[in-house]
Amino acid sequence: MTDTLRASLIELIRRTSAEIPDDVQKVLLESLEQEKKGTIAESALKIIQQNIELAKKKSQPICQDTGTVLFYVDAPAGFDQIAFQETTRDAVTAATKLGYLRQNSVNSLTGVNDGTNVGEGAPVFHFHQHRSPEVRVRLILKGGGCENVGVQYSLPIEKLKANRNLDGCRRVLLEAVVEAQGKGCGPGVLGVCIGGDRPTGYEFSKRQLLRKLDDRNPIPELDRLEQDLLHTSNELGIGPMGFGGKTTLLGVKIGALNRVPASFFVSVSYMCWAFRRQGVVLNAEGKIENWLY
Amino acid sequence: MIHLTSPFTEAQIRSLKVGDAVELSGVVFTGRDAVHTYLHDGGALPPGVSLKNGIIYHCGPVVLKGDDGQWKVVAAGPTTSAREEPYQGQIIKDFGLRGVIGKGGMGERTLQACREYGCVYFHAIGGAAQVLAECITRVRNVYFLKEFGSPEAIWEFEVAKFPVVVTIDAHGNSLHREVLNASREKLARLAG
Repeated sequence: MTDTLRASLIELIRRTSAEIPDDVQKVLLESLEQEKKGTIAESALKIIQQNIELAKKKSQPICQDTGTVLFYVDAPAGFDQIAFQETTRDAVTAATKLGYLRQNSVNSLTGVNDGTNVGEGAPVFHFHQHRSPEVRVRLILKGGGCENVGVQYSLPIEKLKANRNLDGCRRVLLEAVVEAQGKGCGPGVLGVCIGGDRPTGYEFSKRQLLRKLDDRNPIPELDRLEQDLLHTSNELGIGPMGFGGKTTLLGVKIGALNRVPASFFVSVSYMCWAFRRQGVVLNAEGKIENWLY
Repeated sequence: MIHLTSPFTEAQIRSLKVGDAVELSGVVFTGRDAVHTYLHDGGALPPGVSLKNGIIYHCGPVVLKGDDGQWKVVAAGPTTSAREEPYQGQIIKDFGLRGVIGKGGMGERTLQACREYGCVYFHAIGGAAQVLAECITRVRNVYFLKEFGSPEAIWEFEVAKFPVVVTIDAHGNSLHREVLNASREKLARLAG
């Protein structure tokens, strides 16, 4: 099990780092069609397309910032999380040696980067038990540039005229898009959580990035807000890389959690165009049965 | 498309304008957070590194050592430049830089230093680590590898036809400021 699982996880990391998921690629190609010909916005999106093709062909990282390594694992009761974590940490170090991941994990107190990508809190694991017998492992590699433009608002915010309702959420989310400009490597995707406390709000906002870009929110008011924010953000003229242009965002995904009466947080995780997300279903031996994106 | 090869003259750099697409060739040195704080705090460049009339590239590449002992650049796109804003102006002045390559733009102090000392900000495409790595034709050397770790080290690269856009020129213009102001005005109209 261990060797097979280890090999499957290295392959998951390789593919996540080197290949953009189909749902993201589709939207990127559509945005290239829409940009005005001969502009630097169009040329930026063309380079992005060349880069996607080259990374896949060479089996090398789309972006050199291979980011925070985030595993989302759904498994049945009785699944050995400790053994899984040990094997995964080993696979992360092996994938780093192979150049699928940059040496990217730094001790925050000493500044030491030991080159393994393993340490306190690295990689990140989110385990979830489910009734199904299958083990599902999803991986997001989230670069630091886009993580740094993430933001959390505590409503109301008077100067943004943001009250504790969906209009207030809309106002702070558009503010987040304008503040981000090109710094998060746009065109990007907003993962949003309305409600929760501070850490669960951020965590749930990031979890929204597991959704496919072409899915629709089953909650009608959130679906409307997602469509409206996508459309309105693309009217702002920020464009790819903040060069100006029509494509500022590729998608908006919003979830909501209950809150306490005193708090109303709106949390934003911004994902860059180099949206590295993949997932696999593993069989009992740890072999990859199928790919999720 | 404008082609430029390092080292640059002040006149070449001052002839560039915001929005110009440029292909860069010659030598570039990488430097990001650790290098900028170190130089800003009075640290000396290691022997062999000269930034005079040259370029600093905000980049933490993925570089592997091959079986032949040669370095191989696996991925090398730009990192967010805004973090170097507290240090960049001083470094442009102290070390005679003519160009800074990065992504996401920089602020007023860098813009002022570009105007005063004759330097520009070249915006590379963030995330385009493979296209940009293809433009790196040779790794000449690496400095501070042990001290700062691989992503934060100073890598000396030879580049050919490295594609960038001038987004801050030496005349006080910034595409970043223009787009920010225009998008703020639009937001005020759209949000009501």
